[in-house]
Amino acid sequence: MKKERRLGSRIFMGLIFLFLYAPILLMIVFSFNDGNSNVVWQGFSLRWYEQLFHDRAIIQSVYTTLLVSALATVIATIAGTFAAVGFYSMRRRTRSMLLNVNNIPMMNADIVTGVSLCMLFVAVFGLWNEFAVNYRVIINLFGTKYRITFPELSLGFGTMLIAHITFNIPYVILSVGPKLRQMDHNLVDAARDLGCTWMRAFFKVILPEIKTGIVSGALIAFTMSVDDFVISYFTAGSSVSTLAMEIYSMARKKVTPEINAVSTLLFLVVLFLLVAVNLREARQAKAQARRNYGTVHHGAGSRART
Amino acid sequence: MKTSRSLLAAPYVLWMALFVVAPIVVVVIYAFTSAGVTAAEVGDFTWSNFTGMGIYLPIFTRSFQLALIATVICLLIGYPLAYAMAKEGPGFQRTATVLIMLPMWVNFLLRTYAWMAILENNGLLNQFFQSVGLIDLVNHILGTDMAYFRMIRTQGAVVLGMVYNYLPFMVLPIYSVIIKLDHSLLEAARDLGADSTGVFRRVIFPLSLPGILSGVTMVFVPSVSTFAISQLLGGGTHMLLGNLIELQFLGGAYSPHLGSAIALVMMVIVVICMWIMNRFGEGEEQAVVL
Amino acid sequence: MRKIAALILALALALSVSACTIERVEEDGGNSSTAGNGKPAGGRQVTVYSWGEYIDESLIDEFEAQTGITVNYRTVPSNEELYSQLQQGAISPDVIVPSDYMISQLIEEDWLQPLDYSKIPNFDKIADRFKNLSYDPENLYTVPYTWGTLGIIYNTTMVDEPITSWSAMFDDTAAGNVILIDNSRDAFGMALRYLGYSVNTTDENEIREAAALVADAWSKGVYQGKTMDGIFQIMEGGNAAIGTYYAGDFLSMYENNPDLAYVIPEEGSNWFVDAMCILKNAKNVDEAHEWINFIASTDANLRNMDYIWYASPNEEALEKYPAWYEEQYGEPLDQELYEIMAAPQEVLDRCESYLVLPQDIRQLYNELWIELSAA
Repeated sequence: MKKERRLGSRIFMGLIFLFLYAPILLMIVFSFNDGNSNVVWQGFSLRWYEQLFHDRAIIQSVYTTLLVSALATVIATIAGTFAAVGFYSMRRRTRSMLLNVNNIPMMNADIVTGVSLCMLFVAVFGLWNEFAVNYRVIINLFGTKYRITFPELSLGFGTMLIAHITFNIPYVILSVGPKLRQMDHNLVDAARDLGCTWMRAFFKVILPEIKTGIVSGALIAFTMSVDDFVISYFTAGSSVSTLAMEIYSMARKKVTPEINAVSTLLFLVVLFLLVAVNLREARQAKAQARRNYGTVHHGAGSRART
Repeated sequence: MKTSRSLLAAPYVLWMALFVVAPIVVVVIYAFTSAGVTAAEVGDFTWSNFTGMGIYLPIFTRSFQLALIATVICLLIGYPLAYAMAKEGPGFQRTATVLIMLPMWVNFLLRTYAWMAILENNGLLNQFFQSVGLIDLVNHILGTDMAYFRMIRTQGAVVLGMVYNYLPFMVLPIYSVIIKLDHSLLEAARDLGADSTGVFRRVIFPLSLPGILSGVTMVFVPSVSTFAISQLLGGGTHMLLGNLIELQFLGGAYSPHLGSAIALVMMVIVVICMWIMNRFGEGEEQAVVL
Repeated sequence: MRKIAALILALALALSVSACTIERVEEDGGNSSTAGNGKPAGGRQVTVYSWGEYIDESLIDEFEAQTGITVNYRTVPSNEELYSQLQQGAISPDVIVPSDYMISQLIEEDWLQPLDYSKIPNFDKIADRFKNLSYDPENLYTVPYTWGTLGIIYNTTMVDEPITSWSAMFDDTAAGNVILIDNSRDAFGMALRYLGYSVNTTDENEIREAAALVADAWSKGVYQGKTMDGIFQIMEGGNAAIGTYYAGDFLSMYENNPDLAYVIPEEGSNWFVDAMCILKNAKNVDEAHEWINFIASTDANLRNMDYIWYASPNEEALEKYPAWYEEQYGEPLDQELYEIMAAPQEVLDRCESYLVLPQDIRQLYNELWIELSAA
């Protein structure tokens, strides 16, 4: 009876995973297709992989995607961690108000975030450019005159990065916050009493406690950045484009199978990394379990699984 | 001492003011003004952006309808999946979670594009149906003369795209709540004589409500506002709110004031929905996080 | 704490300073040295916005190799979207390739800058009939890129008899198998022609009648979808029977699916010219001129024509093309295909070109277009 039910639930899971992976498998298979169709198989070939390495637009877009995601993740993780520590030492009222504002980019529809940031940037840049074009400062330094010209600004990598950081930080705060809440605050006070500087207390006491939260926050931030299309689409301007933007503009005409090839490569890299990390974690968990066995064995056996 | 530590949040508070609050203020200003003389200026205060919105009512209803359907389907599939995952051993659990997250690293547009090839009239699915004789069978039963099933460029395809893309956002929060349930509670319920349906109905389900609530939010909001999925799978004939907004900014009918008004109305409706939903229970903030 | 504040301050300062250009002003008024990140040395570039599937991409590489200028080549789906994105300030191109009616609108609204034709010697090769056209009567702003016609593309295996009229786009005989073009000007334009009106009418009733015709077909389920370049995949894969698109793109589809046919309906249609222009606020004006001159050359026109199948306005290239084709492929060019690409004068006489519409009529087009999609 119980076995049957387990089998049933496994079949159900299998079907869902088939649903989730069917398009990805298709993409991988057709990246090796000799023809340029996504429907008709015309024989095995590596030509799309070969062409991919000559397609500057796609390579550039992959580079842009990874760069903006990595930078946004690093900045958002650091800023978000500090902000979370700050939030959790505030009074409850202030904190919950700020957390509500913090939730806005997460709760808001992407298109609203994208459009509103785009409008803000355009409005501010409009004012700035008017100023920059008409206003030049000449300063006299040690007898030599220097003229300072301000650059004209337009949407580009910088604005896209700001947008990514903005929607990433909430995820970091959200995953660091609970760890801070669980932490025993007496530890920090104890460290301070024992003469730790504030910085030292942060690195020696707080950081180890919230490390897992930071890591998972960074992971989520990176995932969100890589998966994002809408917000980049509205804030990237014309000088840069991410892989997603490239795909969108192609999907409305003809998509070159090079896109299948590049996605297959990215997918395999991620798969490889995840498998490696997971194997390591699993091994560590096993080792940990073995080490703990001795102590748990004598303790309360009933709480082995929590 | 504490105050100095709370200053750590100061840069981010400033950041939020600049890039979270200010953009919304800009949207509000645009929504309530008419077009200015030049593109950089805004005109006078007006309600006209809102009063003329009646003709878009069908788009509003369609968007909310489709998003609701997609959310319900996600919940119906996602809950059992999360529940089944939580019942497995730790190794299996780890693999399953990774398998759910993994597709998100292939950009969603690409996965959606792959669906186009599957659902096309001469696409893979129709070829499959053809080869197993399903289409002939249906024609025979219904007395029709179809060469294929019409799947792409229908509302069904749009819902499928939403379910496919946002299912992980439903599964993960629910899973992470169920996994944290205190097993002694379940044992207590069983000891007190509840059968397994009883345990599920009276203990597990109510306790997993926070996960459901945040899952529903995370599926509903992107579904109601998507424009790429409806553009690619809906073939431009089933316009949703996202398409309508995009059309006013970067699309074929430039009108940022109207676009802002529509975005604002959508935002308000979504907030009201969330507020009503949260009255049934507090959404689990950390549920998003594994 | 103070350290962190100082760090942030220093960072902000560094950012704003690095963004400025500092030049030493010589006593005689000239500039000598530059610091900061103004224009990066040797980093000449040009940003070009065009349509999808609209250039032989090897031309871009060749231009870059020849001049050392990096080309940032982007595409937008339609004139209307190009205009929106310019208005919104979301993009900042140097060169754009809009169609005739959009060019007049952009000139009217002061978006374009007059070209320096001394830097574009290849302009002389443009046939006279493509100069001084109504959108740019004194030819101050534009260099024609391609020209062509709008017509019906259909799959001969999926319709019973050859199509001759625009009625095919509105009848429900092929319901669910028709693709509507995704821009208001072309979609309403074909309806106007079908009803016997001018595509440039400013009579509100005529326009409303045309929009109602499309809306009616829409509500009857005639249209399977509404797309621009998406039509390539749909028609090539045999996923729809009938669609409206441009002659050059038909020829590209025909290469991949010989069942397709192209017709300019008996009611007449639109013929268009797309031309290269430089925006008033372009950052790379010299590079933009170089690009335009390069693309206007006979060699580039021949290769482009061969690749995208749109007719060239370059007299020499247009005449040479059949011979050039034979030389390249070892077989003569089908005269019928050549005439679809470069429509002869009697066909053009049946067609109208779009003129810019007054602001209030454009507004009406927009409203009717959104209303249609809302249904």
